[in-house]
Amino acid sequence: MERHVKLSRFTRAGSVAMVGALALTLAACGSDPNTGGDSTAEATEGGTELSGTLSGGGASSQESAMEAWRAGFQSQHPDVTVNYDPTGSGTGRENFISGAFPFIGSDAALDDEEMAAAEETCGSDVIEYPGYISPVAVAFNLEGIDSLNMTPETIASIFKGDITTWDDEAIAADNPDADLPDTDITVVHRSDPSGTTENFVEYLSTVVPDVWDFEVEDVWPVEGQESAQGTSGVVTTITSGEGTIGYADASQIGDLGTAAVGVGGEFVPYSPEAAAAVVAESPRVEGTADTVWAYDLARDIPGTYPIVLVSYHIACATYEDEETAELVKGLYSYILSDEGQAQGTDAAGSAPVSEELRSEFLTAVETISAAG
Amino acid sequence: MSTDTMDTTERTRALLTSSEPRRKAVDRLMTVLIWAAFVVAMIPLVSLLWTVLVNGAGRVSLDFLTYSMRGIFGGDPSGGIYHAIMGTLIITGWAALISVPVGLLTAIYLVEYGRGALARSVTFFVDVMTGIPSIVAGLFVVALMTIFLGPGARFGIMGAIALSVLMIPVVVRSCEEMLKLVPNELREASYALGVPKWLTIIRVVLRTSVAGLTTGILLAVARVIGETAPLLVAVGVTDSINLNAFEGRMTTLPVFIYRQYSQGMATCREDQLNCVVDISYQNAWGAALVLIIVVMLLNIAGRLVNRWFAPKLR
Amino acid sequence: MTTTDSPQLPATPKGPPSRATARRRRSGDTERGFSRVFRWIATGAGALILATLAAVALFLLLRAWPAITASEEELSSAVGRYPEGTSLLEFIGPLIFGTLLAAVLALALATPVAMGIGLFISHYAPRRLAQVLGYLVDLLAAIPSVVYGLWGFLVLAPVVKPVWFWLGDNFGWFPLFAGDVSATGKVLATVSVVLAVMILPIITAVSREVFLQTPKLHEEAALALGATRWEMVRTAVLPFGRSGVISAAMLGLGRALGETMAVLMIISPGFLVYSLQILAGAQHQTIAAYIALDFAEATGLAVNALIATGLALFLITMAVNMIARAIVARRKEFSGAN
Repeated sequence: MERHVKLSRFTRAGSVAMVGALALTLAACGSDPNTGGDSTAEATEGGTELSGTLSGGGASSQESAMEAWRAGFQSQHPDVTVNYDPTGSGTGRENFISGAFPFIGSDAALDDEEMAAAEETCGSDVIEYPGYISPVAVAFNLEGIDSLNMTPETIASIFKGDITTWDDEAIAADNPDADLPDTDITVVHRSDPSGTTENFVEYLSTVVPDVWDFEVEDVWPVEGQESAQGTSGVVTTITSGEGTIGYADASQIGDLGTAAVGVGGEFVPYSPEAAAAVVAESPRVEGTADTVWAYDLARDIPGTYPIVLVSYHIACATYEDEETAELVKGLYSYILSDEGQAQGTDAAGSAPVSEELRSEFLTAVETISAAG
Repeated sequence: MSTDTMDTTERTRALLTSSEPRRKAVDRLMTVLIWAAFVVAMIPLVSLLWTVLVNGAGRVSLDFLTYSMRGIFGGDPSGGIYHAIMGTLIITGWAALISVPVGLLTAIYLVEYGRGALARSVTFFVDVMTGIPSIVAGLFVVALMTIFLGPGARFGIMGAIALSVLMIPVVVRSCEEMLKLVPNELREASYALGVPKWLTIIRVVLRTSVAGLTTGILLAVARVIGETAPLLVAVGVTDSINLNAFEGRMTTLPVFIYRQYSQGMATCREDQLNCVVDISYQNAWGAALVLIIVVMLLNIAGRLVNRWFAPKLR
Repeated sequence: MTTTDSPQLPATPKGPPSRATARRRRSGDTERGFSRVFRWIATGAGALILATLAAVALFLLLRAWPAITASEEELSSAVGRYPEGTSLLEFIGPLIFGTLLAAVLALALATPVAMGIGLFISHYAPRRLAQVLGYLVDLLAAIPSVVYGLWGFLVLAPVVKPVWFWLGDNFGWFPLFAGDVSATGKVLATVSVVLAVMILPIITAVSREVFLQTPKLHEEAALALGATRWEMVRTAVLPFGRSGVISAAMLGLGRALGETMAVLMIISPGFLVYSLQILAGAQHQTIAAYIALDFAEATGLAVNALIATGLALFLITMAVNMIARAIVARRKEFSGAN
């Protein structure tokens, strides 16, 4: 008995030592990967070397692009850590107003009330511009069909549930060459409230208000349809079904078939450029501060892809401390630089902002400074 | 009289030795059912483990375990989950450090001392709190801490506190059940030997029930180690390594898994080298596998502690 | 000797110091002192929990209050999900229903199986095998719900879809299986199966421990009376373990009620309908999943409404636990634990 106890005690001591050693090894050998490569490429900033931690958050639609931007910015400034919590736009805006996040991404512009509160928190103007623009694809899973032409009326009727099979005349009329099956249409929408849904619904209700007679909200208005959570959930559900159709951020849809959307008499397939053109052609919302670029999107300009998700970058014009001001300015300048725009397009299919607008945004970003 | 007794004995013997078909059949049926229950349960569980193993094993490598995701984006297949492993260990460790003493002592209080209004209300609130939606725990901690630390506070320890709010009720509830199982005879024997109550609790009650307590605590750890929502709210995310629970954001494995899953497919240019389209799904499964292994190691540690403390009875 | 410390006389928390010093010497005195300290520590832990948890409850109530007192118009304009003129109760009612339905189905599926496994490990399997199995089950309790969600969504849903179709075709007259069977498998029935798998390890682990604690004497007595193994289990093990199993089931139910991610990732939610059709799409939603679903994009009054919904989950869990406690208390005399 005595011996037995001793034995087990030894085993235990040994194993504890082992666990401890393992933990130490783990703690010692982990590291951040050295992806900087040529981390001396700070020439673009041409000034002081930045350091510190900057933590913001907001829209999850921007996460992939923001990841690329953070990585690029961090490799220019190895002593900087930028974090982005993908908490969702609503939480992001609340956190910006409370001062928890110094910069945020949001799928919707601040409304008047929020803007007033945010200006009070900042103690200055708010800078807001569309920093992430991405086409929203109408994606479907039909054996052997990669692309279909669809008019806005057709899209609205399908998503409303009025058109229930793929060989419906409305679809066939625009696609004389396609061999449409008689499969039932299963509509898949986003179950969570999202900017993607809001943009898609707003597009439908602007272009075909007589078919799409629902209120514009960030939740899907039609009852009793299939849905899934998040872009990846929607894409997976569409992919795993047959005859399914949904809408999702175009960079995420993989091999699914997509609709070329009817705009002003022609059918336009999605592309970042065609999406960016929408913002460039749309009128800016009046009556806001000079540093705020919010847009009412024009949905009917020929040659543009009208279903776009516009996600805003929001920051204060002045911050209380120098470091935060410099970091936000640095990050946003980087995003708006040629390199940043290219990286956003490569990594997340974000549409580059037009030259003209970009220089306007940059001028505003350059004014970010520490208060007094 | 004697014949009577004979009869009864005979009858009993007959009853016992003769195979009474119905009872035997019921016994056999139940044995089959119990084996069947076991087999039925194993199907999903094995399927689950197999899915994780098949999808995750290809991704797990030394680099995956020892690098963070700092500076990794798009379809870049380098980078790893070191930051998330350490985040999980640190945050869960702190949560356990807070919850286990508090929870165990409360269970002791309820079983050994608890009388009257306080005990009743503790029981009541513990029950209520098992139903706390996890995200609410995160919100509560954020609301509480921002009073003291300003609005931007997001620390590992805040996550640990949020997890404690979820974990304590589970610790109390399962430990309470285990302590109740200790027979009163043992306590009374101990008192009779003049052992004071606190020593009786520690040396007799706790040691007798240590196996059950370990199970209970491991269950409680298991309950919170997979939490996502409260940590996203209270700790935020980062892709750099941070080992300090009292400063800066951390990422845990479940949060990492969920975020990777949500990111979905990466976009790769045609000519792009070193770009894997479904890398984030691979990352998610790989991290899930690692998380299960981490829990397995914790379990082994728990068993060892258990073996050390358990009285050598059988 | 000092019987003051024994549980028979627990109602003397503070003896006057004079009497304590008048008592016998050293060891007895210090131990008695420490016993009291220990009691204070334990009581303190209880009080601490009470304070924390009361604070959480208070926090919830405060945050929920604006939504509870808000008018229907204010709610429907602030929250996208609320159609014109929906009161908070009208909206939360179906959520409560969905939550209970999913959890009860999961519990109904899991409890018998879990008890079976518990018995299997404690009384049926060969001892060596039993240890390994017990270990395996503990391990499974720790698989994060995100992974259950992924598995349920990617692996289980496609597998059970034909089963649901079969049930719908052949047993469509049964209210639970009525309605159009969903083409995606993202329905409450699938969620319940996943929840059952999730809570299985919890119930199993606790019931196994309880069954193992059955006094050997009881078991041997039963066997000596000629009981078959099942009869021994039925007469000795199950009554002894009843309170523990009920507690275990309640722990499982608690997890099933509050489970977020797995439900969120699998279900295709429907609001404002009370529906028993667990095979049809867009009919149900659970409270926890609803909160997680909508929280990210909620601001202002919408957040309050979500927290009010959370409060409802609270009340349900409270009720469930109280019922369970009542059952356990009534059975106590028969359990043999004392």
